[in-house]
Amino acid sequence: MSLLDGLGDTILISVSSVVLGTILGVFVGLAMTYGQKWLRFIVRLYIDFLRGTPVFVLILACFYILSVVGVDLTAFQAGVLALTLFCSSHVGEIVRGALSAIAVGQTEAAKSIGLTFVQTFIYVLLPQALRQILPTWVNTATEIVKASTLLSIIGVVELLLATQQVISRTYLSLEFYLFAGFVYFLLNFVIEQAGRAVERRISIP
Amino acid sequence: MSPILTISGLHKSFGELEVLKGIDLTMQRGDVVSLIGSSGSGKTTLLRCVNLLEDFEQGSIELAGEKIGYREDGAGQRRRLSEREVARQRAMTGMAFQQFNLFPHMTAIRNVMLGLIKTKKMPKDEARAVAEKWLERVGMAARSDHYPGQLSGGQQQRVAIARAIAMNPQIMLFDEVTSALDPELVAEVLAVVRDLAVDGMTMLLVTHEMRFARDVSTKVVFMHQGRIHEEGTPEEIFGAPKTERLQGFLANSEI
Repeated sequence: MSLLDGLGDTILISVSSVVLGTILGVFVGLAMTYGQKWLRFIVRLYIDFLRGTPVFVLILACFYILSVVGVDLTAFQAGVLALTLFCSSHVGEIVRGALSAIAVGQTEAAKSIGLTFVQTFIYVLLPQALRQILPTWVNTATEIVKASTLLSIIGVVELLLATQQVISRTYLSLEFYLFAGFVYFLLNFVIEQAGRAVERRISIP
Repeated sequence: MSPILTISGLHKSFGELEVLKGIDLTMQRGDVVSLIGSSGSGKTTLLRCVNLLEDFEQGSIELAGEKIGYREDGAGQRRRLSEREVARQRAMTGMAFQQFNLFPHMTAIRNVMLGLIKTKKMPKDEARAVAEKWLERVGMAARSDHYPGQLSGGQQQRVAIARAIAMNPQIMLFDEVTSALDPELVAEVLAVVRDLAVDGMTMLLVTHEMRFARDVSTKVVFMHQGRIHEEGTPEEIFGAPKTERLQGFLANSEI
């Protein structure tokens, strides 16, 4: 039963981090593409800092440093925050890349039929960018699932820690580690297959 | 009759480089004006200013009695209009681009419908009917459910023209619409443009097709180094060019 709870937590952690990280990441990518110079500079620092830091350290930082400055998060919340930040830096970078790869004529054509900037982004640029980032984005999602194991360090009973707890009771380490490994593989396999299916569906003829 | 387009004293620079050095041009409803001249003469920039795709530093453009792009505030300072205003004014002009610039993730008919629905706030059914009508006009009705990637360059350009003209603009702008096409596809696009001219559409076009400019234009404007160097009827410009510069340019162009 506790294994199932652990799996539930792993999924919950991964899904929330990917969803929140993606939303934040789209804004990061937007700021990098259309922002003023000072904003781009700050966001660049943000991306480089997060990408240059091991996820492990990010998790510890969110858990310990934030509590020192008076922000009290549960281990679960701190972990999701760390993974969200990590995810947003990756998504930000790929969104920026995808947006800058779209020909400038697309924006001009959208403007010429009277679309505002926001309309242009929603109906013209974003659908094209999303198609382009999907494969990389799926990759990021699987990275997050794997990185969620690191939350065991700060005591979040996700699948890995739940497995270890079972092992400490049963001493069947090989069997349960193999089982956990298989479940992680299965999770990411499903994500990748789903990603491919979506990719096929939305591909532009 | 009041002019549909009045450009006066238009100046435009890219950094240090002044590309338009005081342009004055007036068009009446139904006029077809061709801008000719060598590359770098400022023709395309002029066209893009009319569609507010470029800022300009001096002078004014008046479209259907409305100053576009800028207003003067109480203190007489020149200010850029709000994005929403600019978007509305842009929709008063239709633009066809050299590279077509169709939206690749939408079918032909969706391309035409987008502006109708989002800018003109048309209900979907009505937008579809208008789009179908214009695709029919440019001979693309049979391909309305094709994606741009499934169409030839000439077909894409015809859809792009339908997309622009479906917005019912006051004036159509054509920016070298055949320059990116294979030679055998040029004729089908020119035929569409010619049809629109015959129908009385007001058009301002940048073109390298001298024979075409001669056939469809009510006025031809020769630009050189950011100025209007010579202008007149097609007969005057092509039949009896006055300036040496224009004579030289025409001698080097295929007619």
